[in-house]
Amino acid sequence: MTRPNNQTTVIVAHQFETLEQQFDADLLGMWLFLVTEALLFSGAFLALAVYYHQYYDTFSAAARELHWLLAGINSVILLTSGLAVALAEQAAEEHRRRLTLCWLSATIALGVAFLCLKSYEYYMEYRAGLIPFLDQPFAFSGPDPHNAMLFYNFYFAITGLHALHMIIGLMVLLVMLVLTYRWRESARVARQVRIAGLYWAFVDIVWVLVYCSLYLLGR
Amino acid sequence: MNYLNAGYGLKSWLLTLDHKRVAWLYFISITGFFFLGGAAATLVRLELITPAGDLLSSDAYNQMFSLHGIVMVWFFLIPSIPATMGNFLLPLMLGARDMAFPRLNLMSWYVFILGGLFTLTAVIAGGIDTGWTFYTPYSTMFSNGAVLAAATGVFIVGFSSILTGINFIVTTHKMRAPGLTWFRLPLFVWAQYATSLIMVLATPVLSITLVLLGVERAFGIGIFDPALGGDPILFEHLFWFYSHPAVYIMLLPAMGVVSEVIACFAHKRIFGYKVMAFSILAIALFGFLVWGHHMFVSGQSIYAGVAFSLLSFLVSVPSALKIFNWLATLYKGHIRFDAPMLFALSFIGLFLIGGLTGVFVATLALDIQMHDTYFVVAHFHYIMVGGMVSAYMAGLHFWWPKITGRLYPEIWARVSAIIVFAGFNLTFFPQFILGWAGMPRRYHAYAEEFQLLNVFSSAGAGMLAVGYLLPLLYLIWSLRYGARASGNPWDARGLEWTVASPPPKENFATVPRVDSEAYAYDTPQ
Repeated sequence: MTRPNNQTTVIVAHQFETLEQQFDADLLGMWLFLVTEALLFSGAFLALAVYYHQYYDTFSAAARELHWLLAGINSVILLTSGLAVALAEQAAEEHRRRLTLCWLSATIALGVAFLCLKSYEYYMEYRAGLIPFLDQPFAFSGPDPHNAMLFYNFYFAITGLHALHMIIGLMVLLVMLVLTYRWRESARVARQVRIAGLYWAFVDIVWVLVYCSLYLLGR
Repeated sequence: MNYLNAGYGLKSWLLTLDHKRVAWLYFISITGFFFLGGAAATLVRLELITPAGDLLSSDAYNQMFSLHGIVMVWFFLIPSIPATMGNFLLPLMLGARDMAFPRLNLMSWYVFILGGLFTLTAVIAGGIDTGWTFYTPYSTMFSNGAVLAAATGVFIVGFSSILTGINFIVTTHKMRAPGLTWFRLPLFVWAQYATSLIMVLATPVLSITLVLLGVERAFGIGIFDPALGGDPILFEHLFWFYSHPAVYIMLLPAMGVVSEVIACFAHKRIFGYKVMAFSILAIALFGFLVWGHHMFVSGQSIYAGVAFSLLSFLVSVPSALKIFNWLATLYKGHIRFDAPMLFALSFIGLFLIGGLTGVFVATLALDIQMHDTYFVVAHFHYIMVGGMVSAYMAGLHFWWPKITGRLYPEIWARVSAIIVFAGFNLTFFPQFILGWAGMPRRYHAYAEEFQLLNVFSSAGAGMLAVGYLLPLLYLIWSLRYGARASGNPWDARGLEWTVASPPPKENFATVPRVDSEAYAYDTPQ
């Protein structure tokens, strides 16, 4: 389904006239997808905001039980991975294959580190008895444990959804790693890395919101 | 060599990347869902012939109207025009060879089918009795039905419309032929574009809402359950934030179809083209600001109720502009009453009644009386069935020669259009009176004084069934025995009529150049 283009090495998909048109379309598609992702998270944040307003004291007491420092370190790790992917985009733009590989690997490593630390955090919360479902004993010591459960429900639902997006993002980056390793057409790789980087940046930004609204708001 | 005889194997259809074949995949699947939802409606109407709840148990009745609502809304009305005619026509109208993302297009159909399978599983595994709205806490705490499977099905099918929406928006932005500026686009494209915006902006909110509902139901995580500190009204807000704009996902494409058909069969340029385009966008925008009018009796703040009531009135302004412009297009036109035109004219009449009664129920004080009565049922069926399905039939007949290369039997199609119009009014007009007299929705038994009008309504449903089964028969018949259609059998304007019927696989041998506005009926094509 492909036909040769006058730029000898580059192949344009059959429905497009030029490579530029194809890349523009791909980029716009990713931006639109990110809009839908933002709205997906917005529903959860809206519900959280409503209940924060309703049970402010309980929710801030519950938020103080979370490991804000650990999550803060995690934020630094994730934002650094955002820098790494931006540098990978830059390197791909300059057709530097090895450098692109390096920065992509760094991004993936930092992303994995984030998930490991996050799992450890979940484990600590499990040990502290802060899991309000799956028939776990709920050992929240503050006032109004009933509504505190609601806070932890949101905490696990939102961070879980974010972690799911991290895993998808890591898989996308792994594909980018393979594509960069093969290095078929440098212009195409540069655009693909850029579009993947856009998704990763979105996951970063969502985390900033998650961190502020779940960890810091009640302090 | 056209797109239909380019390959014959099953694989050439199931793995196709051709937007025209994807449209067929959708067309066949949603026709199946339409008749499934119709079968459920038939049982509901049969039950309601007598005041006593004798044909179905109350549980079975609840399952039937829930099945009818869920299947019709999510598996027929929402995909209907965009996924079939939109998929088929958008690239043709834009002068493009395909959608921007053909693989994504095919994937959206598989996602749709997967969602459909989940929902059918729910039906088989015990049914669902929550209605199509899944209101909490009933859906999460009390319902014995297969809520989780059905909600998962609806969640999955949401991604199918998100993917379709992204594809349509990118295609409209990036794939227009040279010279095809925004204000030269057919109104059908504007309608698809506005619909896609709503799909992209509203559907994710439904997705997250269903996720929260699902975890509450599956793990007992309290989000909306008052016993766990949650608020069921929040569910209603989030649900209607999607589901009211979803009404315009269903309606806007219908307006696009009707604009094409009216212009063609009045053989005139559409009146007030820019007003038509902007009113489509205005309806899409206002659609996001009125969800609270579904919740006037939910206990939301009275000030919110007043604001939502006033905002809901605003929607009638662009809607009325469209009706006036269609009528002005007819004025001094060379009108021909072919079947697509008959369906389009019934759209205008029925949509007018549906829209005006919409103003009744948008009125805060009046709605307290009308809420949850048959008046509301009649109102939205006038919009959804009278409006949307009529337009679907209009478009189907209008583009059938283009899609299949065959002409349908005109006389039968006109008969069908008239039967549908008469049957529809007989079914739903009595429901306005029933609702006004106070008959509530969702009960399988009712007071005896309501029987006469209910018998009318059920008789009308029978006519409606005939009116919808007829096209199924003669359209299938025409695939083999219909006369061959020329490239432009209606003497219509638009890029899709410049190619052969059925269109070649690649749509256009050379990229067309556009140097005139849409609906140039005053110049020969």
